[in-house]
Amino acid sequence: MSLLTTPLIAPAAGAPGLIYDGVDWSFETLRRSYDAIERIADSELGLDIYPNRIEVITAEQMLDVYTSHGMPLIYKHWSFGKRFVSHQNAYKRGLMGLAYEVVINSSPCISYLMEENSATMQALVIAHAAFGHNHFFKNNRLFREWTDPSGIIDYLEFARAYIARCEEQHGVRAVERIIDAAHALQNQGVNRHSGAKLMDLKAEQQRDRERREHEDRIYNDLWRTVPSTRAPAAFDNAGERRRRLGLPEENLLYFLEKNAPRLAPWEREVIRIVRLIAQYFYPQPQAKMMNEGCATWVHQTIMTRLHETGQINDAAYLEVIHSTTNVITQPGFDRPGGGSFNPYALGFAMMKDIARICEQPTDEDRAWFPDFAGNGDPVGTLRHAWSEFRDESFTQQFLSPKVMRDFRMFQLLDDLSKPYLLVDEIHDETGYREIRRALARSYDPSQFYAEIEIVDVDMAGDRCLRVEHRTRAGQLLAEQDARSTLRHLADLWGYEVKLIEIDPQTDAVLATHSVSPAKRN
Amino acid sequence: MDIIDRRPNPHGKNLENRQRVLTRARDAVQRAARDAVASGKLREVAQGSAISIPSDALHEPSFHRIFTGGARDMVLSGNKVFSRGDRIQRPPSGGAGEGGSGEAGEDGGGEDSFRFVLTKDEFLDLFFDDLALPDLVKREITATETMASSRAGLSSDGAPSQLDLGRTMRYSMARRIGLRRPKPEAVREIEIRIEALENESELGPEAHEELGELRAALALALRRLNRVPWIDPVDLRYRRFTQTPKPSTRAVMFCIMDVSGSMTERMKDLAKQFFLLLHVFLERRYKQVDIVFIRHAEVAEEVDEETFFTDPRTGGTIVSSALNQMIGIQQARYPASAWNIYVAQASDGDNSASDTPKSCVLLQSRILPVVQYYAYIEIVGSGAIIRGETDLWRGYRKVAEEGERLVMRQVAEKRDIFPVFRELFARRAEATP
Repeated sequence: MSLLTTPLIAPAAGAPGLIYDGVDWSFETLRRSYDAIERIADSELGLDIYPNRIEVITAEQMLDVYTSHGMPLIYKHWSFGKRFVSHQNAYKRGLMGLAYEVVINSSPCISYLMEENSATMQALVIAHAAFGHNHFFKNNRLFREWTDPSGIIDYLEFARAYIARCEEQHGVRAVERIIDAAHALQNQGVNRHSGAKLMDLKAEQQRDRERREHEDRIYNDLWRTVPSTRAPAAFDNAGERRRRLGLPEENLLYFLEKNAPRLAPWEREVIRIVRLIAQYFYPQPQAKMMNEGCATWVHQTIMTRLHETGQINDAAYLEVIHSTTNVITQPGFDRPGGGSFNPYALGFAMMKDIARICEQPTDEDRAWFPDFAGNGDPVGTLRHAWSEFRDESFTQQFLSPKVMRDFRMFQLLDDLSKPYLLVDEIHDETGYREIRRALARSYDPSQFYAEIEIVDVDMAGDRCLRVEHRTRAGQLLAEQDARSTLRHLADLWGYEVKLIEIDPQTDAVLATHSVSPAKRN
Repeated sequence: MDIIDRRPNPHGKNLENRQRVLTRARDAVQRAARDAVASGKLREVAQGSAISIPSDALHEPSFHRIFTGGARDMVLSGNKVFSRGDRIQRPPSGGAGEGGSGEAGEDGGGEDSFRFVLTKDEFLDLFFDDLALPDLVKREITATETMASSRAGLSSDGAPSQLDLGRTMRYSMARRIGLRRPKPEAVREIEIRIEALENESELGPEAHEELGELRAALALALRRLNRVPWIDPVDLRYRRFTQTPKPSTRAVMFCIMDVSGSMTERMKDLAKQFFLLLHVFLERRYKQVDIVFIRHAEVAEEVDEETFFTDPRTGGTIVSSALNQMIGIQQARYPASAWNIYVAQASDGDNSASDTPKSCVLLQSRILPVVQYYAYIEIVGSGAIIRGETDLWRGYRKVAEEGERLVMRQVAEKRDIFPVFRELFARRAEATP
């Protein structure tokens, strides 16, 4: 990608002209828009992006993209068909509008643009996705550490081919059984705490495949019948046993892939595919608010600059304002959809507010943000925030009293033992910090997924797998779902599975579920 | 930066995934399809339309927490009037706010039902999934092969009516060109030229010579014209047909309904449901299904569909009149060699006492030998819980015991229709030998 270093716009004709006029777009205007946006993104905002690939698609193709979580390709499974049909129904009945764009975290960064968009919307979504999101993907620490954007497309290609081959060899039903179970467990299929480890998916799968082939080659059933020389006493020591199996293990899919006794090699590989893809998506919800805020701020800033420099006309700019306003609507708590914060609204408000604090701080801002208030470098401050934080820490560090006031935030205490809800804090001097803390807490990733760990396996006896759910106060697993999910777990494990829900403070057992695998064959 | 136009790419990436959903939810979809019939919407549904299945058939479980006890706090926006310490009535749904985590999917069945738009074929496939025409009929179909003429190229002799004019003329033209038959226009030209020369008063020696040549040419052309005919017998080509055996794939369905005074509207409605089902089912199996509506009270008449179902009639009942009518129509229009014949008769079982034996004889000797299947539906009055056998039922049962082509069932409620239908056409466990 060419890097233009000319400060500001220097079109050949001299005075900056319109990059397009009217509502219709063509590939010509797309390219001109892209170039104009790139000049601003590069010289004024200093964005650092992956190479871009922009794909124009139809509404039906957009539904396909939705179905595969924005991925250009994915293996075949009925759940995608289900998602497709429900999106399609909602779209056909007019309950749902389609996104103007979808962008995925890959290198090159692929942005899908809808063909129905007007020329202005195409420019806006290029600024939003191809520059805003792209910069965030490339620079944010979470994405840098957890995903390998240059390998993902290749890996998906491999996954699709591999699963298709398994279906050919072992039948769709057999493969579906494994994928169903792995999907049910995919939220428990990620490494959350293993720190910064760059995943090289391609090398990893290559190495892994080789290892499996090796195992397949040297496998000899006779060895199984040779009496073990090791005294069974070695397994009696629970501590030793757990150490050998790497327990406790929070990544259930990883544990199954490595240790489930009754899985065939291809079944382990399928589990691994689901697990790695889940891992790839793991950072997304943790930085959703920031990501959207960043992209919205970037597109709004760039489109404003395009207007200021006379490259788009007033009509186009009004369209920009209109659509940004739509996106950043935050309904009140008593309105439909007001039960949670719109990530676009809160994200954009915070980004705008940070820029304001950098340039025109009030005394309050100076007191709250002494380290950057009035530093005169909004873009640098924002870039720093985008790269080093996730929603939780970002809220904790950057949510200002002004934003809390603008949103009229308040905190409710919902105590089931009381017949009423208590208004705990409101946006005033004493409430700011507590509201900020509570809001940041709601973005804590441990909020999203239940903490479930494999704690023990009875290897010598009936091979029962013991799983623990460390509950949060007052939150047990939804029982029916827990049982069906557990059935999937038992199915993969091959033996009985016991799930115990404990209170982490007192270690008291709150609930127990036990499931045996369905009979096979 | 690349800009790629993906719009021409192949569409329908998710068709296969959609098929898999259908396969997976087959039972639920089937149930929904059959419910649609129970509610009497068969006509619309069979056009291919939306059905709803409970979404738990396609539920994807996962471990997720729900808020069951204790306390939690949440931050919301849009405070207008609250001060610290205010108490708010808990919304009736249990949790506060619509966005409370977890409540939405508390149990699998709690979600909305899942809407599916099926094509007509998909729908009917599911609907008649485990039904088949009785084995008896299958044997019958393979046996009742009719001969059909099919084109088998050309021949040089045949009936004049089978003359293939295009072909013949093509050969004729080739022959005429090959034998250099002069075109009539060319002959005409020579004649005009000769005439012109003859009319000139004075002819030079060249003109005389030319006239001589022209006359010779004309003589040659005329000789050729006479020798080489416009159409020669060797040009003639006839279409040739051979007789090939062809399994019969046409069916006719006779709907016979009693419309006498004793049949109430409700009973007719039940009969209608049954006829509709049978019609749709036969349509699945045969390319062409004709329906003949015969209604009868004391006398039978063939009517159109509209009249059949809506026009009220009263009077006594003579079943044999309908059977006679049916036999008449069948013999006139639907020879058994070419048609699969199905008869569905709906009645409340009332018949004049003297007519029943006559009907039974008719049925046994003249109808059953030519039909594939004869279904008799007796509609039981809603009031009667236990009901004695009607004359007609008793008479028919005797016939049914002897021949397996006659089946009979009683129907009392709308919800019985489909089970009865399924019973009649359920795929038999013991396959054909």
